[in-house]
Amino acid sequence: MLIPLLSLSLLGGALGLALALAGRFFKVEGNPLVEEVAAMMPNSQCGLCGLPGCGVAAEKMVNGEVELTCCVPGGKVLAQRIADKLGIPLSLEGFEEIVPQVARVNESICTGCSKCYKICATDAVFGASKRIHGVIAELCTGCGKCVDICPTEAIHLEEIAVTLRTWRWQKPLAQGVQA
Amino acid sequence: MTPFATHAPYAHAWGSIGDIMHKVMLALLPATLFAFWSFGWPAFWLWLVTVASAAGWEAACVWLAGKRIKPKLLDRSAMLTGWLLALSLPPWAPWWVGVVGSFIAIVLSKQVFGGLGCNPFNPAMVARVALLISFPVTMTQWVSALPLLPGQSVDFLQGLQITFGGIPMLDGVASASVLGGIKTELSKVGHLPALDSLFTAWQSTLGLRAGSLGESSAVLILLGGIWLTRHYIIGWRIPLSMLAGVLVPAVLFWLINPQHYASPLVHMLSGGLWLGAFFIATDPVTSPTSNAGQVIFGLGCGLLTYLIRSWGGYPEGVAFAVLLMNAVTPLIERATPPRIYGRNREGKPLEAKA
Amino acid sequence: MRVPLIDRLFDLLDRAAHWGVHPDYRKEPAASRLIGKLPLPPMLYLPLVQHAGAPARAIVKVGDAVLAGQLLAEAGGTISAPIHAPAAGVVEAIGPLPAPHPSGLAVETITLRVTGSEHIDYAVCNDPFALTPEELARRVEAAGVVGMGGATFPSAPKLHLGRRMAVHTLVINGGECEPYLSCDDRLMQERADGVLEGVRLIATMIGAGRILIGIEDNKPIACKAMQQAAEHFPNISVQSVPTRYPMGSGEQLMTWLTGQELPAGARMASIGVLVHNVGTAYAVHRAIRFGEPLTHRIVTVAGNAVRQPRNLEVPIGTPASALVEFCGGLTEEPLRLVMGGPMMGLALPSLDVPVIKGSSGVLALTAAECNETEEEDCIRCGSCAHVCPLHLLPLDMAASVRAGDLEGAAKLGLEDCLTCGACSYICPAHLPLSHYFDFAKGERWANEQSQRQTDMIREMTEAKRERLAREAAERRAELMRRKAEADAAKQKEKTL
Repeated sequence: MLIPLLSLSLLGGALGLALALAGRFFKVEGNPLVEEVAAMMPNSQCGLCGLPGCGVAAEKMVNGEVELTCCVPGGKVLAQRIADKLGIPLSLEGFEEIVPQVARVNESICTGCSKCYKICATDAVFGASKRIHGVIAELCTGCGKCVDICPTEAIHLEEIAVTLRTWRWQKPLAQGVQA
Repeated sequence: MTPFATHAPYAHAWGSIGDIMHKVMLALLPATLFAFWSFGWPAFWLWLVTVASAAGWEAACVWLAGKRIKPKLLDRSAMLTGWLLALSLPPWAPWWVGVVGSFIAIVLSKQVFGGLGCNPFNPAMVARVALLISFPVTMTQWVSALPLLPGQSVDFLQGLQITFGGIPMLDGVASASVLGGIKTELSKVGHLPALDSLFTAWQSTLGLRAGSLGESSAVLILLGGIWLTRHYIIGWRIPLSMLAGVLVPAVLFWLINPQHYASPLVHMLSGGLWLGAFFIATDPVTSPTSNAGQVIFGLGCGLLTYLIRSWGGYPEGVAFAVLLMNAVTPLIERATPPRIYGRNREGKPLEAKA
Repeated sequence: MRVPLIDRLFDLLDRAAHWGVHPDYRKEPAASRLIGKLPLPPMLYLPLVQHAGAPARAIVKVGDAVLAGQLLAEAGGTISAPIHAPAAGVVEAIGPLPAPHPSGLAVETITLRVTGSEHIDYAVCNDPFALTPEELARRVEAAGVVGMGGATFPSAPKLHLGRRMAVHTLVINGGECEPYLSCDDRLMQERADGVLEGVRLIATMIGAGRILIGIEDNKPIACKAMQQAAEHFPNISVQSVPTRYPMGSGEQLMTWLTGQELPAGARMASIGVLVHNVGTAYAVHRAIRFGEPLTHRIVTVAGNAVRQPRNLEVPIGTPASALVEFCGGLTEEPLRLVMGGPMMGLALPSLDVPVIKGSSGVLALTAAECNETEEEDCIRCGSCAHVCPLHLLPLDMAASVRAGDLEGAAKLGLEDCLTCGACSYICPAHLPLSHYFDFAKGERWANEQSQRQTDMIREMTEAKRERLAREAAERRAELMRRKAEADAAKQKEKTL
């Protein structure tokens, strides 16, 4: 009777001590997940999610305060990658894919003031000062900062039109496949 | 994105799930009719009750799930399950065996998993095994074959009474199945009995012997099975490898000790082996799809059947063997994916050789 | 962990596996009628995207008068093809018009009002085999020839590639395994010599010593005609192959004829083979021998809703409705209008779209022919796996796609899938399997694009931040330097 009692409490004590020591010596400062997620974000600080920056958004995602799908330029794909990283299932319910937008410069009004060029986080606007500017669509996050800052309202956002090249089949309206 | 556009192909083969079920039933018909003839009216009533209640349970589940009943019943899968279950029951079992059995088959082993195509185990076999364990006496009361000849068999009314009236089994017709007899004798005296009383090869081949409905005629089951392979409803791999899985160890052990192990002929011609090989193990939902997987699956079914028959607690092992192999089907599938064109078995692209 | 011996055993079992389906071919009556010639329609609509690769660039302006054979649009990149005027006329408009595509999307199209058939002077070549391979390939490129089997891959890059990559075998695809279609069949029957010269020209261009022509055995007359034409060429072997869909897929035919297997993701040329379609060979012959650019093609007009199904040689750009009208119009309201074959073709929103270079057929199919039925539950019967020419597991792939697991589907070989539709055709539960796969491929492509864009945005942001920091640091350093200089100057002043 006594021997099992003793040995079990000894075992418990030893393991508890080991845990306590491990907790002290292997302690990790801050949440490493936040940094890892932050590294996955576009980091262009576009602000389309309504948060002050990509780092804040990453932190809130990890803490579950915002939806994983809140990053507009990252979209569904980024949300899925973050969900995989965090090991949580991604719910796409209620998630509507926002039609991507790009900025377009109306060259007849553009004065070449280069304000848009300076504010753009991704260098999507090209053209030197006093020259007319253009936009590289692939780099544009559609954040709209250039639209706000343009003194002559020469920039507007446009939805990217679907072409034969980008058109995709929709998911079949299925009833049957299981297994 | 534009509205839903239809995708090719704009041509489709004729045929449907219902057609497949229909053809399987057609293949079962000769053996079933023969069973009616040899076991009399009670066999027919039991079959009818089982098939009808299977359809009833299916309809009830579909209705509860809020789906449309008609298309689900039209695929006839529930009726086929009921039919196969009926064929695995003792022919003179009372009606409630059929109703409870089809409940287990349709509701507990199919619909709770999500319906047709989602069940991991063969529903008819789950039901048969569950019944066998729950009602061991009722499920092992075999009758000797009494062909529906005037004066030899029970008449229409007697048949109704046996199935629905709970009339106890007449002593004169009760009989042991071959495998059951062997097992009993082995445990009593330690060696094989003289089989003349229980088994003659030609009787078994034709089906004039005690057993469940579908254990009767090996020839008619085989004919139905061959017809199904001709129509590409079932492949030849599972049946052949299952038969081989029984035959090979049977020959081997019989050669070693014919005193203790029944002859291969007995093994091949008794019990539900043929029904199991052609109609139960070939259920596509619960068997592997790859060629290699099907061979492994069939061999496994056969070997397990022999194991259970020879050393297990039950005289017949087809149902258990199929269920056990059903359980490992996903594993087999995973281990035997077909080699993709242009890739090796690991899925890596082949090397380019000019 | 894999055991080689067991793998060998599995290989043996697999090899017994069949692939392919035997659909109702319905090639008659079009297949036994002579190719008809469609009169010039009043209007031609020439989309700038008629081929795989970059769109062509229009070089004519609205109002320009052009002659038949004149260049309308030049190739828009290395993988692209120029477009020529099929008839003399006036450019009426250049702008978006509905494309022959299920999306119904518009595509930049040159509208040509036809005024006649006067053509430019074609550079006829009486001894094409005297030309160098490079010159031949250049002429094919200038003629805007693309793969006529339906894939519409520009032919010239393939020919250049063949020359560079030591191709020893040229496989000519006369499979035409799609139901209804008989344009290649008629072409081989009626113009075997032209096709054969095209074949020999292609072989010359890529330097292939061996030529294998595969024709399905449901086209015995075409096979015989080709054999006769090839009589005097010992390096050409015209072979009859079993009729089985998709035998006309490049890989399947090549494997059947040569016994070689194309490694996943590799190009044909990497195993020393190139595959061209008989229609392409004929276009090459016209382009080299007669200097004619690709402006016409043979189209099968068929389907039970068409009064007189037949093959027509039509100017590219002709509205599909003109073809159907020429064949006696529609007898009943079709369920599906299809461009191409019924297995891999594209549903058309209407007949008011033009025939393009890759249009092998215009089909008006009735509901009875399509046999579209309500979906049922998958019972894992494995038919789809047994007919798949690549030995994929369509049932598992579709289940993955349906569950949203695109990566799972990709692991099962989604990207290898040809979308031949054999699985959808055979499925007794009528599941739209190939639709699932096209959807999943599109989705994966879009996801990749999105991923790439996110990465690019991150990189550019990083780059800009660094640049700004560097510039700021430089400015600060400059300021410091100037300040130091000023200080030094002041100091000097003081000391003076």
